[in-house]
Amino acid sequence: MIEVKDVTKAFDGHTVLHDITATFYTGKTNLIIGQSGSGKTVMMKSLVGLITPDQGQILFDGRDLVTMNREQRKELRKEIGMLFQGSALFDNETVLGNVMFPLKMFTRSSWGEMRDRAMFCLERVDLKGAENKFPSEISGGMQKRVAIARAIALNPKYLFCDEPNSGLDPKTSIVIDELLRDITREYNMTTVINTHDMNSVLGIGENIIFLNHGHREWVGDMSQIYTTANEALNDFVFATRLFSDLRRYVVKNGLQKP
Amino acid sequence: MIISNALADFGQYCIFLRRVFSIPDRWRELARRVAQEVMKLGIDSIPLVIIISIFVGAVIAIQMQLNVTSPLMPAYSVGLATRDILLLEFSNSILCMILAGKVGSNIASEIGTMRVTEQIDALDIMGLNSSNFIVLPKVIGFVGFMPVLVIICITMSFVGGWLVTQFTDIISEQKYIFGLQAFFNEWYVWYGLIKSLFFAFIISTVSSYYGYYVKGGALDVGKSSTNAVVVSCVFILFFDVLLTKLLLQ
Repeated sequence: MIEVKDVTKAFDGHTVLHDITATFYTGKTNLIIGQSGSGKTVMMKSLVGLITPDQGQILFDGRDLVTMNREQRKELRKEIGMLFQGSALFDNETVLGNVMFPLKMFTRSSWGEMRDRAMFCLERVDLKGAENKFPSEISGGMQKRVAIARAIALNPKYLFCDEPNSGLDPKTSIVIDELLRDITREYNMTTVINTHDMNSVLGIGENIIFLNHGHREWVGDMSQIYTTANEALNDFVFATRLFSDLRRYVVKNGLQKP
Repeated sequence: MIISNALADFGQYCIFLRRVFSIPDRWRELARRVAQEVMKLGIDSIPLVIIISIFVGAVIAIQMQLNVTSPLMPAYSVGLATRDILLLEFSNSILCMILAGKVGSNIASEIGTMRVTEQIDALDIMGLNSSNFIVLPKVIGFVGFMPVLVIICITMSFVGGWLVTQFTDIISEQKYIFGLQAFFNEWYVWYGLIKSLFFAFIISTVSSYYGYYVKGGALDVGKSSTNAVVVSCVFILFFDVLLTKLLLQ
């Protein structure tokens, strides 16, 4: 579990995050949503330690990231996997090389053991057979799946995903969403996803934190989002006619779970 | 303003170097990456070095012959002057300025691209020292291979001068070769090698610095690459004066 307590961050006198308090639960897909400029990326970067908040605490199962020294951070980061918006795969490594990379850097396993683990992860994301290709030779959706395989290679306790569906078609987006939800449950990870994809919000949002102008405006799950009275959230989530109609339908008939 | 920015940049460069020269996370991985960088930055530069050296050697030999026309000067002066110019300046300073264009822009654009595509962030989040992981192999590989490039440059530029003696009649082969050997001072070779090590260090670290701190997108990567080459050349010229003063006087 990750607890964020009263986190504030400002750049050049402009406050981007105002006293954010939130909890990200283990075994659940936790979503941070909000419009562009709402502070999602700063929040995500603060969570992974790329930005240090001006005040507040970020507790990883009770360990405060903000007050950790370099060594403690290094140890914590071995428990973190991250999926970047642009996948951030290493261009000069093959798919297999990318997935094996964290294993090479942080384990003492033999090459065979590392290869087996990497192949297992690739199989888990349905990419068996692509191991010898380079990132430039595979599609955007496949790159995302390679990045997921790399992120889970070390069995992380915490998985962070920055806009995992950015640039993907709706069908591939659903595949990625379902994959993230499934591996979160399977490995009992604390998964935090930064998104503004409404399909993700309504499909896998087990714990949703809505940020608006740097403030935490709303917390809930995907079933509660249909009936929320929060105007800013309604404007954001149900901005399109399709989602607006969907909301009216759900409010009238109730949410039918598959 | 310019001075304070320059000082801030220099301070950041020093902090960057401290991170680069820290203990690597995995020695075996470092060795593997050094080998890759030797191939990419060093061995891949050999054809360029050979071509430039042959032509510059030939041009210098011709120019020496045209300029050293006094009957008071012995004919072998052409070989001697060509040799000293090539040993003292061309094979290290000029060669390194040329390599700043090839290797420097390569390093800056590669690291800059890694920055804008979040590959460096990925390394940081994994808990690796990204500057050490990316830059140290480049510095070791390039600085370590630089003497080889200098030796190749010296040899091929002498060959360039010799080709002039073969295909023209402006100087005889015998006198050119005698001039190359006359009054040879071994220290000039060491001087060139020492200077080239400094210059290789400047090229690899300055270019890495500009690549590492790129902000923005593809356009900014291009700008950082240009800045890396320009600043490397300025530093090479500055240290050329300094080292010449220190090593030759």
